[in-house]
Amino acid sequence: MSKARINDFTIKVGNVNGTGSASANALLMKIIFRMGVPVVGKNIFPSNIQGLPTWYEIRVTEKGYRGRSGDIDIMIAMNPDSYKRDLEELSPGGILLYDDTWPRPHFLTRTDITVIGVPLARMCNTAFKVARSRILMKNVAYVGAVAALLDLDLNIIHTLLREMFAAKPKLVDLNLQAVALGYDYVKEHFPGMNDFKVEARNLTEGKVMIDGNTAAGLGCVYGGATFGAWYPITPSTSLMDAFVKYCKELRIHPETGKHKYCIIQAEDELAAAGMIIGAAWNGARCFTPTSGPGISLMSEFIGFAYYTEIPMVLFDIQRTGPSTGMPTRTQQCDILLCATASHGDTMHILLFPADPGECFEMAVNALDLAERFQTPVFVLSDIDIGMNDWMADELTWDDSYIPDRGKVLSSEDLKSVDKFHRYLDVDGDHIPYRTIPGTDPKGAYFTRGSGHNKFGGYTEDGAEYKEVVDRLKAKWKSAAEKLPVPIVKRAKKPTKTAILSLGSCDGAVIEARDKLGADGVYLNYMRVRGFPFAQAVEDFIAEHDQVFVIEQNRDAQLLGLLLSETNAPREKLIPLLHYSGEPLDYKFVRGALSEALNLRKTA
Amino acid sequence: MTSFVKPFIRRKNEPTNALGLVRADYDGAMSTLCAGCGHDAVTATMARAFFELSIEPHKAVKVSGIGCSSKTTAYFLRDSHGINTVHGRMPSVATGAIAANHELAYIGVSGDGDSLSIGLGQFVHAMRRNVNMLYVLENNGVYGLTKGQFSAAADIGSTAKKGAVNELPPIDPVSLALSVGATFVARGFSGDRDQLLPLIKAGLKHKGFGLIDVISPCVSFNDHKGSTKSYAHTYKYYNPAIHADYVPPSEQIKADYAAGEVMPVKLHDGGEIRLRKLENGYDPRDRAAAIGKLFESGQSQEIITGLLYINENDKDMHEMARMEDRPLNQIPYDELNPGAAKLKELQKGFR
Ligand SMILES: Cc1ncc(C[n+]2csc(CCOP(=O)(O)OP(=O)(O)O)c2C)c(N)n1
Ligand code: SF4
Ligand SMILES: [Mg+2]
Repeated sequence: MSKARINDFTIKVGNVNGTGSASANALLMKIIFRMGVPVVGKNIFPSNIQGLPTWYEIRVTEKGYRGRSGDIDIMIAMNPDSYKRDLEELSPGGILLYDDTWPRPHFLTRTDITVIGVPLARMCNTAFKVARSRILMKNVAYVGAVAALLDLDLNIIHTLLREMFAAKPKLVDLNLQAVALGYDYVKEHFPGMNDFKVEARNLTEGKVMIDGNTAAGLGCVYGGATFGAWYPITPSTSLMDAFVKYCKELRIHPETGKHKYCIIQAEDELAAAGMIIGAAWNGARCFTPTSGPGISLMSEFIGFAYYTEIPMVLFDIQRTGPSTGMPTRTQQCDILLCATASHGDTMHILLFPADPGECFEMAVNALDLAERFQTPVFVLSDIDIGMNDWMADELTWDDSYIPDRGKVLSSEDLKSVDKFHRYLDVDGDHIPYRTIPGTDPKGAYFTRGSGHNKFGGYTEDGAEYKEVVDRLKAKWKSAAEKLPVPIVKRAKKPTKTAILSLGSCDGAVIEARDKLGADGVYLNYMRVRGFPFAQAVEDFIAEHDQVFVIEQNRDAQLLGLLLSETNAPREKLIPLLHYSGEPLDYKFVRGALSEALNLRKTA
Repeated sequence: MTSFVKPFIRRKNEPTNALGLVRADYDGAMSTLCAGCGHDAVTATMARAFFELSIEPHKAVKVSGIGCSSKTTAYFLRDSHGINTVHGRMPSVATGAIAANHELAYIGVSGDGDSLSIGLGQFVHAMRRNVNMLYVLENNGVYGLTKGQFSAAADIGSTAKKGAVNELPPIDPVSLALSVGATFVARGFSGDRDQLLPLIKAGLKHKGFGLIDVISPCVSFNDHKGSTKSYAHTYKYYNPAIHADYVPPSEQIKADYAAGEVMPVKLHDGGEIRLRKLENGYDPRDRAAAIGKLFESGQSQEIITGLLYINENDKDMHEMARMEDRPLNQIPYDELNPGAAKLKELQKGFR
């Protein structure tokens, strides 16, 4: 190749998990980010602690696309067990970099790529004495090698390493030495490599690299949650880790050491659900992070909270099901589960963040909405959003924010109330008032998941029962226009064809749509952000002749909800489904759309 | 069917407590349990305990699971908040509620099915956490509400009403509680109010998890000959071994007992539990001794009752979580909001 591809390619690192490659990959990505060039990081890891193949993709994208490209241009093959697969995956014209301490002539079977062998292990074994650092430094050495290939800024590498190891200066030198090993070797043995380059830009100003779980954990802190209960499960654990971290940093009294929060690692998800129900019933803002299997277990309690009208905030960081499924692979497979979780007629409020920025905002939204509507609210994130490193606008906070604690009667309020009835719709907005235990003798009431009438009394009378559950349905519906509004992007030219999608599909959809637009295929695009659907969703579908519903599950779950909860006709909605467990890439979307559009034209 | 409203009649010269309330102020809705059910007697005793302790009803919280026993939280303390949760899961709801506000008096009511089968996990974990509540387990050896199946508390050889014999070993909530860290462990009998009342009072005043396993016969499904949880069987093997009186802080001066006869245990509120009728050398502050005693009595079929173990020194959940004294649900938002500037600072590490 004569001309270099600048700031638009994907690097993939194939490694063995448990060898400490995560920090090397983070370093590599941050160098590029600090050079002002947008990056996307995707971690494709096994459900295992040590010894299985793991991959990390870094997409360098000057245009700032957020999905995967679907191509691999530079493969850093560090794991002999995945060599075969890694070799096949590399796009023509790409570079394969591997540790040729043990040469592998079979790499030369592909003539459409360049193979670069760097004796990483040998160099590190000579340079470092301690066995563990030999393994770790091998990873840092490939960062050096890539830096040489891509012309990365050495000063930035130095600065980053100094920042990373501020507390352990000795490690700075060790790491610098390892970087130099890889860097010098490539410069010496492969001079003039000029296929892919990173050129400094100024495109990452005001941006941060953050994952959705960290953002959501921070959102819970800013939203004023004081209590959280959870049971460890990939991929939601890091959400609670973040909440713990920031609570420790921000909510412990410097002198007394006393906490303004309480976090309980419950014995299982049932207990976690019960705990947040108890805390919310008692007036504390709280939440639980989990994933699909946890929601399944929590179902009985979710119905209880729905029927007794107790606020409940659940983060479902979706992973591939059914059952244990592929715990470290992503999907949007819990939409239907969460929409109607629990037995009996239940309908819940769902929020669909598309990136870490929205995870932060929607965490706060969820805390407000749950208390406003006195009901469970689900934030449906997924592994891709939750655990991958995204480039996002720096999070901002409005200091004038006041939490919406909903309709809670204080002791003062109760003075002007004749008699308090828990489930009476006094304002005609379908939302009754509640009281917090301990506030006032007048506020006492009995909470029961068994049949109750509008006064809160036990009932087995059909009419009394219906009155309450009908109000619950109306209350749920009334939330539709109070949720984050759908986001619409219009094509340059009027069109009767559209895409409707949600959550982490966004990056790939936007890019595919751009590419199709460049080829003269025009598509409007709506991204829904809440359920129940706003009227705008139905109107948008009505405007078009065909709407492609793109989502990451087998059963077209979003499409199913559109059919049951809007007047959209079946024939208009065309499912485009991706459910391999890997994050969606634009090529898949573009391919599926092109195919579907052509088929439709000739049909 | 709607809930029955109990007639509320205030008689002249009725005794009042320190708040000026009468015993009937601590009543609830009319019970819908079978006439003679042990649970109703326990309900009345619980109401009396709150009355005698002069606890403001709105400062008390009742939590329960599902079962005839769990229904009873509706039948006392009408002016308290109550929550009838789902089957076997009351401990988690109580744990969350207590985390949000540790200042109220929490009483949990459950059954042997609710606590020892479906809810065994939550029951044990609430004890491990030493959640500050009194947990009353109304134990009748059967599932009353689902019509008489054996519960995990049924003894080997005990027969069901229709004749089936239980062959599985029972789970004894008292030995369980002793082994997982409950700090107040007692057994009572719905038929002995004199013993049960002070136990409930002491349990409410104890800081930490208090369990009272109350033998509470089910007259409809487990009171026949051959049942080891019937009234007749319980009376026959009943041993009220350790009597405990609760003495509030205000009555401390009237200490008029001879040394050796009574063992006083100081409580956190300044009150005291006085243990009487102790057999020689038995010290209910010794967990190993309590376990031994229980084992011994089990060998002889005897039903040992009273306060078997107390520990006022262990930290409760609130202390272990290092929460500040002010309840979480009363911390104003401005103390919780780190602010926009801080958010900017926190994100420096994300670049
Ligand atoms: C998930 C679930 N499974 C089963 C039941 C049915 N059920 C209701 S009460 C009960 C047993 C209650 O036994 P216990 O706790 O001993 O109470 P008792 O009625 O004997 O006082 C069962 C099995 C239920 N309510 N929920
Ligand atoms: S069935 Fe048994 S436990 Fe239930 S109310 Fe009747 S006597 Fe009591
Ligand atoms: Mg029972």
